[in-house]
Amino acid sequence: MTRNEKYELARWAVKNAVENGADQASVTIYNNSNSRVEVREEQIDRLEKANRNSMRINLYVEKKYSSHSTNRLTNKDELGKFIRQAIAGTRYLSEDEFRTLPDPELYYRGGGTELNTMDPGFDSIDPQLKIDQAFSTEKEVLGKDERIISVTATYSDGKNETVMVTSNGFEGDTGNTFYSLVASVSVRSGDARPQSYWYESAIFHDKLVREGIGSTALERALQKIGQQKIRTGTMPMIVENRLAANALSPIIQALQGSSIQQKNSFLIGMTGEKIGSGLMTIVDDPFIISGRGSRHFDNEGLATRKRTIIDRGVLKEYYIDTYYGKKLDMAPTSGDTTNLVFDPGDKNLEELVASIDRGILVTGFNGGNSNGSTGDFSYGIEGFLIEKGKRVQPVSEMNITGNFKQVWKDLVAVGNDVYTQSSWRTPSLVFDNIQFSGL
Amino acid sequence: MVLPPLLSSCQNIQISPDVKYYLDHFEVTPEMLQKVISEAMSKGGDYADLFFEHRIANTLALEDGIVNRAYSNVDYGMGVRVLKGDQTGFAYTENISLEEMLDAAKTAASIAGDPVTFKQDGLLEKIPADYYRISRKWEDASVEEKVPYLQQINSRVFELDGKVTKVSASLADETAYVLFYNSEGRLTYDYRPLASFRARCVMEQNGQIESGSSSRSYRKGFEWLGEDLVEEIAREAVDNTNILFGATRPDAGEMPVVLGAGGSGILLHEAMGHAFEADFNRKNESIFSDKMGKSIALDFINIIEDGTIEHNRGAINIDDEGNDVKKVYLVKDGRLESYIHDRISSRFYNVEPTGNGRRQSFRNIPIPRMRCTYMENGPHTKEEIISQVDYGVYVDNFSNGQVNIGAGDFTFFVKSGTLIEKGKLTRTIKDINIIGNGPQALADITMAAGDFKMDNGTWTCGKGGQSVPVTMGLPTVLVKKLTVGGMS
Repeated sequence: MTRNEKYELARWAVKNAVENGADQASVTIYNNSNSRVEVREEQIDRLEKANRNSMRINLYVEKKYSSHSTNRLTNKDELGKFIRQAIAGTRYLSEDEFRTLPDPELYYRGGGTELNTMDPGFDSIDPQLKIDQAFSTEKEVLGKDERIISVTATYSDGKNETVMVTSNGFEGDTGNTFYSLVASVSVRSGDARPQSYWYESAIFHDKLVREGIGSTALERALQKIGQQKIRTGTMPMIVENRLAANALSPIIQALQGSSIQQKNSFLIGMTGEKIGSGLMTIVDDPFIISGRGSRHFDNEGLATRKRTIIDRGVLKEYYIDTYYGKKLDMAPTSGDTTNLVFDPGDKNLEELVASIDRGILVTGFNGGNSNGSTGDFSYGIEGFLIEKGKRVQPVSEMNITGNFKQVWKDLVAVGNDVYTQSSWRTPSLVFDNIQFSGL
Repeated sequence: MVLPPLLSSCQNIQISPDVKYYLDHFEVTPEMLQKVISEAMSKGGDYADLFFEHRIANTLALEDGIVNRAYSNVDYGMGVRVLKGDQTGFAYTENISLEEMLDAAKTAASIAGDPVTFKQDGLLEKIPADYYRISRKWEDASVEEKVPYLQQINSRVFELDGKVTKVSASLADETAYVLFYNSEGRLTYDYRPLASFRARCVMEQNGQIESGSSSRSYRKGFEWLGEDLVEEIAREAVDNTNILFGATRPDAGEMPVVLGAGGSGILLHEAMGHAFEADFNRKNESIFSDKMGKSIALDFINIIEDGTIEHNRGAINIDDEGNDVKKVYLVKDGRLESYIHDRISSRFYNVEPTGNGRRQSFRNIPIPRMRCTYMENGPHTKEEIISQVDYGVYVDNFSNGQVNIGAGDFTFFVKSGTLIEKGKLTRTIKDINIIGNGPQALADITMAAGDFKMDNGTWTCGKGGQSVPVTMGLPTVLVKKLTVGGMS
């Protein structure tokens, strides 16, 4: 579907819903194109191609709310019936006075700068080039070490386009592309077969880093040989930049309007309070050019703005959407994150490692969870024991356990190595007093 | 719903009314299927299959005392897969017209590179098993009929405990129509109902907030809903939450772990199940790759992978590669007896398919997946097992797990359990992760009781970006030593 076709379909569906009894409606049309080449043993293992279309319609009928999606978009008679049935079903729900479309005053009205999240050349990339790039990633590893037992390299790309139309005046569209190369390597170490991977991704095909992916994956797998668990104890923990989002995610979850209103948050009533150390500053910035989370409006159409979420450890703002805003009697701020930018420090990862007398560098999480209501957490980890500033032993099969209300107050250092291949831009982080369980 | 067209001529092809129903549902004819398969095989592939799926899902939910939201999703399309040796070509389309199917077939065919002429004319109808017969389809149940069950569960949870301050609940149902045809001529189909009912509650006491939940899931129809089910879920949600007041964390470190009967089957799923999946073994990536036929556990241990349990969330009448679904001993009398196979791996190992080739939807390639994984009863009793432990934990309520296939390290997260001190259950514990190594943990199961229990919660397994419904079960067992997250 072209962008215009998507707009036409969305406008038709909104009109159809309103004419058939909905007081308000919001329609989003999604289109994703993906391809993927996976190679191993110098052969293509998998070749996949996909193109996906779907529509979501949110209905507001006599203060009752429901949301429906379908990928059967070609027959208008069938779609019309789908919408009428959805409206009929909605009437059986209870009235919910808080359900309405957003205040139109808060919608994005256009005019924002180009955020450059879409590669215009996406559709013209030669399929053979994709295959070649997967093979050259594999080739970096093959024959490089006799302990290698399996290598897989994957090229994948995707284009996502959406168009959104609401019955109270919003119209907008978004688009983004991505390309990625991943290598995964297994090596032999006695009975164990440690595996590691490395990947690079980019919004533009010509910006995709192609060198060093296979060799980094191999290096990381080899570094795991001889992994052991060490004695239980409390010590500092460094979390590698790519993984720091794992430690941040329960905080962001606890800031959601739904979590607060449903009492599934350990940060209820904490705005203005200190929830982390002075090194914790996080800005939600939707306007970074070619940022992975850059956008002018959120999933409801609300105009995004740059805002400070946590300032030197003090909680400034929650993530409040229209519905939970009304339920909580709070102004909506947008319920979605855009680019989360963690303020960097001045040391690189090696300097952070060198600053640790005895601690653990975490390079992988393995399961675990946290309790939304209390902030209690416990996660499996692997990584390296650091002694006197040096990695001395690969470790695995250990847990870290604590509470998120405390652990961010123990943030003692922040790296300068902000990871930019994700919408959550996190540097490596150092926490003190982490409870590790092992032997 | 799809409106059936007039079935065009199908001379010379005998088809039953059952299979005709599915052909009509997807608006296709045997001739069309054969044309598409011929295109899929036209570049010299060894094998090709077509997987048609129409899935209708509904969720109705309650929050803050009222049933105030409904969600639905319709998903429809077909995937074409071509195999050449171990290589796979795959494409799908959401519009089931001959033209679009031929396009998808052409893309999938390109995995093979030698044009050949393939004429598909065979058609062998395969009648699927019947593990989940229902009396009332979810598609025929209205929102109005479902609403009262959510209201009942809300009232019941509030009645059961005065500390309850919030209740949320949801009822999700799903119906999938599946039609399958392959280059060997096999034509089969399945009707897959799946429903899940869950409740979550929040309790408050002296400023402390705790939450807990419970769910049940089966391949059953609307007739499944009733007062007993509401009572069972409401009570469990309340019990799971109530127990958390006053709970602590155990000491950190290695200790004996007693896994209570039921949901503790997550141990099998994570510690062994995934590592037994033959795609990892075929690539030599699993820690169990060299262990076939070898003793890997004590001789009273029998571990089973079963897709044939009636109405079970993990049951399937045919797998997503059109194969019969079997009950398979993975570990028999302590010996590794079988991996978990899809078509590619069963051919690689030259064994019969086990019916474990599954896919999330028509958009995905089938890969070896678990269905229901459980351990048979052992010779001990629960009391004996607990009395053996000087300091350790008894765990029976879990939220999630994970495994590193190659290293063998697996974890599972314990929502709640009980500390064992000097052979007695003492204080409640909560929110701890447990980590171990698969082969070691299996060898360390030193006792198993005779109190097997299936866990019928809403378990979903993720692998390679694909989710499928599964279940698990276990009798009470003792694992001599695992590393327990805790606070020293």
